[in-house]
Amino acid sequence: MAELLIELLSEEIPARMQARAADDLKRLVTEGLIEAGLTYADARAFATPRRLALVMGDVPAASPDLVEERKGPKVGAPDKAIEGFCRGAGVAREALEVRETPKGAVYFARIERKGRPAEEIVAEVLEATIRSFPWPKSMRWGAGSLRWVRPLHSILCILSDETGARVVPLEIDGISASDTTRGHRFMAPASFKVTGYADYAARLARARVVLDAEERAETIRAAAENLAFSQGLELVEDRGLLAEVAGLVEYPVVLMGEIAGEFAALPPEVLQTSMREHQKFFSLREADSGRITRFITVANRETADHGATILAGNQKVLFARLSDARFFWENDLRVARGEKMAPWLAALENVTFHNRLGSQGDLIRRMAALAGELAPACGADAPRAEEAARIAKADLASEMVYEFPELQGIMGRYYALEAGFDADTAAVARDHYAPRGPSDAAPQAPLSRAVALAEKLDLLAGFWSIDEKPTGSKDPFALRRAALGVIRIILENGLRLSLRRFIESQLMRFEIALAPQDDSAHLDALRQIVREIARHGVFGAAYRATLAALGRTHRDDSPLGRLNARIPALGQDLMGFIHDRLKVDLRAEGMRHDVIDACLAMPDSDDLTLLAARARALGEFLATDDGENLLQGYRRASNILAQAEAADGVEYSFGADAKYAEAAEEKALFAALQTAEAQIAVALGAEDFPAAMQAIARLRAPIDAFFDAVQINTDNQITRRNRLNLLAEIRKICLGVADLSRLEG
Amino acid sequence: MAGLDALPKSFQEIILRLQAYWAAQGCAALQPYDMEVGAGTFHPATTLRALGPKPWAAAYVQPSRRPTDGRYGENPNRLQHYYQYQVIIKPSPPDLQDLYLGSLEAIGIDMGLHDIRFVEDDWESPTLGAWGLGWEVWCDGMEVSQFTYFQQVGGHDCKPVSGELTYGLERLAMYVLGVDHVMDMPYNDPDAPIPLSYGDVFRQAEEEYSRYNFDIADTERLLRHFEDAEAECAAILAAPAQDPKTGKHIVMAQPAYDQAIKASHIFNLLDARGVISVTERQAYIGRVRALARACADAFLETEAGGARGSGEEPGA
Repeated sequence: MAELLIELLSEEIPARMQARAADDLKRLVTEGLIEAGLTYADARAFATPRRLALVMGDVPAASPDLVEERKGPKVGAPDKAIEGFCRGAGVAREALEVRETPKGAVYFARIERKGRPAEEIVAEVLEATIRSFPWPKSMRWGAGSLRWVRPLHSILCILSDETGARVVPLEIDGISASDTTRGHRFMAPASFKVTGYADYAARLARARVVLDAEERAETIRAAAENLAFSQGLELVEDRGLLAEVAGLVEYPVVLMGEIAGEFAALPPEVLQTSMREHQKFFSLREADSGRITRFITVANRETADHGATILAGNQKVLFARLSDARFFWENDLRVARGEKMAPWLAALENVTFHNRLGSQGDLIRRMAALAGELAPACGADAPRAEEAARIAKADLASEMVYEFPELQGIMGRYYALEAGFDADTAAVARDHYAPRGPSDAAPQAPLSRAVALAEKLDLLAGFWSIDEKPTGSKDPFALRRAALGVIRIILENGLRLSLRRFIESQLMRFEIALAPQDDSAHLDALRQIVREIARHGVFGAAYRATLAALGRTHRDDSPLGRLNARIPALGQDLMGFIHDRLKVDLRAEGMRHDVIDACLAMPDSDDLTLLAARARALGEFLATDDGENLLQGYRRASNILAQAEAADGVEYSFGADAKYAEAAEEKALFAALQTAEAQIAVALGAEDFPAAMQAIARLRAPIDAFFDAVQINTDNQITRRNRLNLLAEIRKICLGVADLSRLEG
Repeated sequence: MAGLDALPKSFQEIILRLQAYWAAQGCAALQPYDMEVGAGTFHPATTLRALGPKPWAAAYVQPSRRPTDGRYGENPNRLQHYYQYQVIIKPSPPDLQDLYLGSLEAIGIDMGLHDIRFVEDDWESPTLGAWGLGWEVWCDGMEVSQFTYFQQVGGHDCKPVSGELTYGLERLAMYVLGVDHVMDMPYNDPDAPIPLSYGDVFRQAEEEYSRYNFDIADTERLLRHFEDAEAECAAILAAPAQDPKTGKHIVMAQPAYDQAIKASHIFNLLDARGVISVTERQAYIGRVRALARACADAFLETEAGGARGSGEEPGA
């Protein structure tokens, strides 16, 4: 058994590609070896800015000899078929064996494959791996044709065991595999030989290369925290930056520097963003005030002056960068304080949001209108929500956000405060983008909820209006994230609203935006519909009321007439998209998909809070004995009913009458139903789904007793119809809780 | 050479040292191209010579103009006219990184004290239809050069691949010389009888050009010039290769390319004047790229571009 060590030394590999490349190297080589019949024990891959390395243990000296049997044609088959089989199997005709099978005598070929030496297999697999390596971007260099992420300089590939190390013979585009590598580019550039992984790791460490990215990251983190602690500061955690910086150095040396006092007035987010984006610095802050006063930079080497020159250089670059940031900040403050951000809002009129959906200014107006409509349901005041929405995106035109787009919203809050808006209104600028991802909280302040919902619904309605929905993995406008945002804002705040209405009124606003702007009669009608939706709460009634007011009684093939079908269809489709995202969410919680479907089929399922409460209650209830009773009672009633309805060709829904009840069990069921109906009505009125479901479950015993004692299909047609109508009553009650017909099992 | 070990004292000394260093590495020490360009890459010694199979090695200073970066000579490090130092070697040698690091040492950057890093930064020039992979090189956190392996120029795959180095001379020199404002940087030896700062040489020009670029350049005339350059480029390339006067086969790739350069610079001026909208921008860039591509196609039909023999019909 041998150990295999591979190292591919190149010019600097982009930090963002290293971890994935190490995984790919491991995957491709191990898969290649396994496919060729070589086993291994333990494979570990590493990446540094200049090298990918892989070590695996217990690789046998050769792949095993294999014997394969292949079944061929029947004895007596045409010669051509038999010869073809021999060719395919690579055996002579004389070597074929004849065996008796249930289908008669059949030729069999015995194919022996000799094992191959590990060296040969490794060389083949590594060459194939290098030639087909899945770099996100690769290049050629010099006069060669090989592609790699940057020029590849050397290949170390050795198999080592107790007898010593052997170089695997391999040459790719003029690069021959060897047992040598090099150390740190500046601190130990000489080449050296290695005899195995342990020797390799030890010599690399002496040559100032920390092979393991985790170890480099941990070194950086620990040293940074110590330096921060020494100054009574705390390190602002930034995992992404830590991983990136660990990919920029082979030998991390952590240095701390000071931020000149003249930048103290800049918001901490600005300092942090400028330092991270431009210079890959970590921020150190005062725990109590949150002010960032120092930075950490990570150098790739030790120096005789202990980093003094490096730190001075970095500090100088920082000074220039922060001077720029301060310049933007001060210019922006003038606009915010002096002109209440008006020039920015004016500028946004000329910034395209999307070439078919108008400018940022149009977006802001639509968002403000919808935020006002949503405000009551979000616990906010409508005029304040509209005002907050109108200034929420002003910072998009500021110099700071132009320079650092990731500060959008954060700057908006600062500038809104400077412009004299109250803290809640200003916070909307920051929070209306939330939640920005799974780890970001949904906004909780009433104003922010309203505007955040409006922002996302506007985005969704807009792209639905122009038929740019996400398909497969393509979602360039992050509409799935917007839908999840809508769901989270509603559910996490327990908001109660009929989403369909707001979707449809926003779809109507896009109809207005997309309509020919010279047809004022049509535009007036569209605006009237939007107003009517606010009054009636549904599109259909609003549309009919508007047509009636215009004296148009029938819908025709005019643009206005087509809306009758278009808006509900778009609204339903978009609602379905949001429901699909909610299903994914609820299923991730462990909820059964049929339970979700049973609740989605209810008419008020566009009230997501109600929908989720119903689904959770039903899910929990079905897991209990009572739940089982509910389901069995419903099924027994509805099965018999379905058969009778199919046979009779009618629907039994007329309403049963207790006076035709004959048997005692039948009378008891009528009584139980009467009690239950009242209880259920109260419970559903209070949206107490568990109580409603329990009330239904209590019907199980009377239902069972009824079925045991009473024959439904009697000769007396009045009695029979009455009993079927009684079952219909039970079915109706059950379906009032959820569409139980969709439950499985 | 005396004094090479000491730190350079002036802007021009840094240029001279780079020129001497790359000449010593075997590069042809060329002179700037005599046209207004946005970057050293536009010099035909890079754009055109990166095409075709013939080996090439050149180094030169190229004055570069970015009209939108004008700040009337007041900003410490923004200029509408500045210098790039450009090195191009085809095929890229295997030790290009080491050669590059040697050039930093030649201008006084001590590798034992500084932290040099190669940070991913891929290069693309939409107007030249060119792209490559490489890095920006950081010295103590400051970008001092762009390092690129050309993969395509003018829409053609580069075979072999050229290695290109671009140094932003003012910024690099300010760092080496420890100067905070570009205008304060010594241009010649500060101990010379007549010491001149960068500001003495260029401040007034920066002011004049800033005003011209932003407010005075006549946009209608510029638009006409753009269209003239475009038309001239097409006309040059449309002329038959067979020259009736000399009887030679003469494809005029370089005169045509001059017109492409001209169109590109005029586009930059129009951009600085703020008369090009976002949508038009893409269209203009596309027009310049079409010119650059046509010139690249033509260059590949010339001897320098690797076509066989001049003065005869190809294939004759």
